[in-house]
Amino acid sequence: MSNLILTPNIPGADDFYAELLATHEGLSKAESDALNARLVLVLANHIGDRAVLSDALKAAALSKEDAA
Amino acid sequence: MNQISDKKIFEVPLYSYERSPDQDADAPVRRKVVVIGAGPIGLGAAIDLAQQGVEVVVLDDNDKVSFGSRAICFAKRPLEILDRLGCGHEMVAKGVEWQLGKVFFDERQVYEFNLLPEKGHEFPAFINLQQYYFEEYMVNRVRAMQAQGAPIEIRGRNKVLRVTDTGDHVSLLIDTPEGEYKLEADWLIACDGAGSPTRAMMGLDFVGRVFEDNFLIADVIMEADFPTERWFWFDPPFNRGQSALLHKQPDGVWRIDLQLGWDIDKEEEKKPENVIPRLKAMLGEDVKFELEWVSIYTFQCRRMEKFRHGRVIFAGDSAHQVSPFGARGANSGLQDTDNLGWKLKLVMDGIAPDSLLDSYDVERVHGADENILNSSRSTDFITPKSEMSRVLRDAVLDLSEHYAFARPLVNSGRLSVPCTYDGSPLNTPDALPGGPARSRPGSPCADAPMGDGYLLPHLGDRFTLLTIGAEAPDSLEAEGLSIQRLALDATPEVRERYLGDAASAVYLIRPDQHVAARWPAYDAVAVETALKRAIGKE
Ligand SMILES: Cc1cc2nc3c(=O)[nH]c(=O)nc-3n(C[C@H](O)[C@H](O)[C@H](O)COP(=O)(O)OP(=O)(O)OC[C@H]3O[C@@H](n4cnc5c(N)ncnc54)[C@H](O)[C@@H]3O)c2cc1C
Repeated sequence: MSNLILTPNIPGADDFYAELLATHEGLSKAESDALNARLVLVLANHIGDRAVLSDALKAAALSKEDAA
Repeated sequence: MNQISDKKIFEVPLYSYERSPDQDADAPVRRKVVVIGAGPIGLGAAIDLAQQGVEVVVLDDNDKVSFGSRAICFAKRPLEILDRLGCGHEMVAKGVEWQLGKVFFDERQVYEFNLLPEKGHEFPAFINLQQYYFEEYMVNRVRAMQAQGAPIEIRGRNKVLRVTDTGDHVSLLIDTPEGEYKLEADWLIACDGAGSPTRAMMGLDFVGRVFEDNFLIADVIMEADFPTERWFWFDPPFNRGQSALLHKQPDGVWRIDLQLGWDIDKEEEKKPENVIPRLKAMLGEDVKFELEWVSIYTFQCRRMEKFRHGRVIFAGDSAHQVSPFGARGANSGLQDTDNLGWKLKLVMDGIAPDSLLDSYDVERVHGADENILNSSRSTDFITPKSEMSRVLRDAVLDLSEHYAFARPLVNSGRLSVPCTYDGSPLNTPDALPGGPARSRPGSPCADAPMGDGYLLPHLGDRFTLLTIGAEAPDSLEAEGLSIQRLALDATPEVRERYLGDAASAVYLIRPDQHVAARWPAYDAVAVETALKRAIGKE
């Protein structure tokens, strides 16, 4: 297992969540999908650690074997 | 530009049919090696063998170079191989060198790139050259070798109808304009292309993936002043939802690829009245051009399970086929023959066991898989297979306009680089601590300046002991082979490409310029053991 953090790690979680929603506000479904895709890529690049990224993909897929 | 008015080069017979005495023999004549197919790969195989003094007969059912233009982009490694075969410089002299590319998305340019090739190599990273020139120069090389008495022959309009491997030899039935004849060969190399009749005659598999897409490939002659760059469009206004490519070739010829999608009528799309408006939309209404060649292709990525079947060996498109993104077809086929030539020679001479040929299979299947993986990924980027893969693809393109990080994710073809034979049974485990990864055992040797010239022309065709800051005998005899030493000065390039953090190095280099083994110092026993291994005696 890499050091993918799956415990609370965002200070001001409610603020962040509100900002995420606000960024999508007024967008069509297609525009929001595109925004999400860009966001994933920006974040993935920032992380840059292949093992963490692989584990994040697995974690997000909510597959049974990898559930914490 | 006599191509416009006169007959085109691919319309003129280059190796016309001539009756061979073999056709009048009472019993089938036995030849050492027969090659089926005078495409780039068959010619490469034949030149390589004949250069080593092996008698070789090339049969082709046609008598001309490749019809129209197929391959246009040739990478450094095949050019280096061609140089060893005696025709690399002609290709470079005629070819167009390029290193700038532009990527467009929708109506705008999202970024441009410069390949910035590494310095200190004799050959450029890539050239663009029509396949018909490529083949013509190889045929010229065959003619020059014949003039010097080399045992090489091309028989035009000799169509192979039947192939039988008896275990002891291969027997062939051949059709000619003057009727059929039989011929025998100790070894047969099948370079008869993606549709390989030999493969079909032997009932062998060819499995993989068909990409449900069609591409219009057009070569146009125009006097436009587009720069010598590779332009690639995703979803442009003139070809909505699809991709397009524009690339320069010699003689004012431009290659245009237009993605057409799956549900189309190929015959309709190929008609000039349908092609010309498409090209005008792309190039601009007032650009004057003439069509040299138009075709529609569906691309596939497939390979045979094994490339060696007894005395019949497959090379090039007959063994593996890739989509052209990344220019890997002819490029990788030449790496096949580069790998095969010396092995076959050693087996024929009784120096190496027959099983050495199985390493051809291992190494080149590995190469084919690498190419298929790369081509499939490019195709998946260019033609997204699902709604979400399109969303992600477009996200990459949108980001690439603003941020450098996204540009390496844009995949309009990863340009061909040579294969490293990691895990090959011929490699001796790396014994050079601190040595650069790029020259680990299995790697093709990187070129470097040497004296007034370059390193690679000094390597190849035989085993070589390369020493850098290390002592070794100037020549040695082992396992029926004589090995020459080549001492290199530790120039900055040599240091970077061959020494790394090591203070000295000794490399055992194979006849195909791949690294077999490396150490910090010469050790006679280690070298002999590695040599045995490299010729399949272990
Ligand atoms: C649109 C397009 C673009 C491409 N671009 C590139 C590129 O940029 N770079 C690159 O490296 N590759 C590229 N390729 C791939 C490249 O063209 C092929 O990989 C290459 O031609 C394969 O060479 P070959 O000698 O194996 O087979 P071929 O060139 O197909 O030659 C096979 C030969 O066998 C002969 N033959 C067949 N059957 C028989 C028979 N029964 N008896 C006797 N002779 C026979 C044929 O007449 C032919 O001459 C491209 C291909 C296409 C279609």
